Amino acid sequence: MSLKHVNAVVIGGGAGGGIVAKELAEAGLSVVLLDRGKWFTPFDDRKDDLRNQRTCVLGNSFGPDEQRNPRVYVDPQGRDHVVPSNHWGYSNNAACVGGGTLSYGAMAWRFLEKDFRLRSTYGTLPGSTLDDWPISYSDLEPYYEKAEWEIGVSGDDSNNIFRAPRKRPLPMPPLSPNREHQILKPAAESLGLHPFDIPMLRNSIPYNGRGACMRCRWCVGFACEVNAKCGTQNTVIPTALATGNCDLRSECIAKEILSNERGRATGVAYFDADGHLQEQTADLVVVSCAAIESARLLLNSKTHLFPNGLGNRYDWVGRNLQGHAYTGAVGLFEQETYDDLGPGASIALCDFNHGNPGFIGGGLLANEFIRLPYQFARLRGAGVPQWGAAHKEFMRRYYRRNISVMGPVQEMPVFESRVQVDPNVKDHWGIPVARLSGHRHDNDLLGTKFLSSKAELWLKEAGATQTIAFGATSRDGPSGGQHQAGTCRMGNDPQTSVVDKFCRIHDVDNLYVIDGSVHVTNGGFNPVLTIMAIAYYASENLVKSWKGTHARS
Amino acid sequence: MSGACGRNQTPWRFFTLYEARTLAALSDQIIPPDQDAGASWAGVVIYVDRQLCGPFENLQTIYRRGLAGVDESSRTLYGNVFADLDSNQQIELMHRLEQGRAPGAVWQSASSAEFFSYVVDHTMQGFYGDPRHGGNREGLSWKMLGLPYPPIRGRLRKDTPGTRSG
Repeated sequence: MSLKHVNAVVIGGGAGGGIVAKELAEAGLSVVLLDRGKWFTPFDDRKDDLRNQRTCVLGNSFGPDEQRNPRVYVDPQGRDHVVPSNHWGYSNNAACVGGGTLSYGAMAWRFLEKDFRLRSTYGTLPGSTLDDWPISYSDLEPYYEKAEWEIGVSGDDSNNIFRAPRKRPLPMPPLSPNREHQILKPAAESLGLHPFDIPMLRNSIPYNGRGACMRCRWCVGFACEVNAKCGTQNTVIPTALATGNCDLRSECIAKEILSNERGRATGVAYFDADGHLQEQTADLVVVSCAAIESARLLLNSKTHLFPNGLGNRYDWVGRNLQGHAYTGAVGLFEQETYDDLGPGASIALCDFNHGNPGFIGGGLLANEFIRLPYQFARLRGAGVPQWGAAHKEFMRRYYRRNISVMGPVQEMPVFESRVQVDPNVKDHWGIPVARLSGHRHDNDLLGTKFLSSKAELWLKEAGATQTIAFGATSRDGPSGGQHQAGTCRMGNDPQTSVVDKFCRIHDVDNLYVIDGSVHVTNGGFNPVLTIMAIAYYASENLVKSWKGTHARS
Repeated sequence: MSGACGRNQTPWRFFTLYEARTLAALSDQIIPPDQDAGASWAGVVIYVDRQLCGPFENLQTIYRRGLAGVDESSRTLYGNVFADLDSNQQIELMHRLEQGRAPGAVWQSASSAEFFSYVVDHTMQGFYGDPRHGGNREGLSWKMLGLPYPPIRGRLRKDTPGTRSG
């Protein structure tokens, strides 16, 4: 029995897809929302510090499972490695309803105005496809606001003199500062910097029918036990379902996007939770699988009109894979810095996002989420013991006397950093897997070195007796990971981009990509609020243009 | 190789008694007992044994060969198996393993450094990780670090006004 035709099928219920499903359902469209994962609760792998989306030594808690979902990672020597989802080369985010928003640290950043026009600001960069976005910060401003109020953001960036203009304040005040924050704040000020409370997609007060954060130490990588962390699975997806217009189907693996001989998308073929192949036809298809899986799905959707994958006429699908180059330093202190007050990350600086000497871009610096014992036990650096009596003493002495300051340095997009589909390796469902290869840009290393030295400076000013810098020291390998972006770039020119400024595939006017894939560049910030803003912005346009054109498949 | 799990003649799912003893001795140098208990008391061997029949199944050969290699190196250098060496000898041998300088035929076709890094990493997991996986007995490492155990999941805390920044 074939499935009932709907107006829209949204593939992926994460930061982008969850919002699109709800906006379309509220506008009266019939929507099927597919997600390849389950709808997890916080009681799955509850507070398991060895099995979560941040520390996955015993596997991931929120998907994808290691047995059925390999990828291929190509090392700098060109050798293929078939890797499971908890391997560092896999570049995982999550696979579940809510996507990364179920278990993220939930930092909620608006990009800065310059982040949308790096090329105009800094010039072209040899070896990089650096370019401006076809939209500006002011195009997205109302949608950042919508995300902040509808999903729910707490914080206070009024002291951030670098911030882009906002019309409306954040709906919730910041959580009270922890001891690390109270130590770091005066140090930043005496260095002439501008510290402020990190905006977070986390309830600091009761909001949207859910309670406030209980300040536990298991945040990033875990689902919130009191439902205070705001994701799409506890906001827009339930709203979408409540309209009666949206059908959520979990544990459904998209195989390929279907299209007709006129080059229009007609729906998606997918394996349901029982492993049966289904075809869901729709007037609109929205791809929201995150940068790696969205590119993979398009590349696996080959027809004689699109022999290299849907929307891939010019070989830009899967290109410019980027994430962030994390950098920073750990400071060791004589005084106690630990008060067991989560989530830990609390105070940030944007003094080094732009205008740094000798390189393009930069990134924010902030104190880090609470380091659980095993994480801290694996700290590496000059003079840090790795095992033995000295290591045990190091742990006893410094576990409650360390602060980590770090930040996501903006990476320069590299054309060779790419997602392809592997010619040989297939997943459990017989679908060719993502193949990751490439390298990063020298500019990133200048950025990481500079920002880690600033982190050390801040920590020393705060009283650290020793600092241990960390961050990338080589360009090897593509980036990606939990901040993956860039593979279906937004642009005005169909020959050097994949989607237009409204996230519509250039060649296929009823096919959209609405997730981090469309980012031209990825800011010096965790990208999720920008993904959410783009989802609201693109959905609004989708709904407007939908009202003019009812289904003719 | 998963047929190696589940034998009922030893308390271990995977390890032989000799292997368990060797791993206990290695782990007790990685996290030695002092005023706080060490790795073997904490159950690190239980942790590793259990995971080798689960998420670490693909490491069974590495452990089997590695633990045999440790004893081979030990006999070559000191005329005794690893667990019977004195502490200084054990530490010296472990540095050699870590640096790929340990003697023995096993290490011609296997990396001692790779094996050693697994043992260190797994010892840390088994000592500092959640007790539900077989290690960190009674939450001893968390108590050692000054963390509440059983874990207090958040708390009611009265926010004092004026402590906000900005």
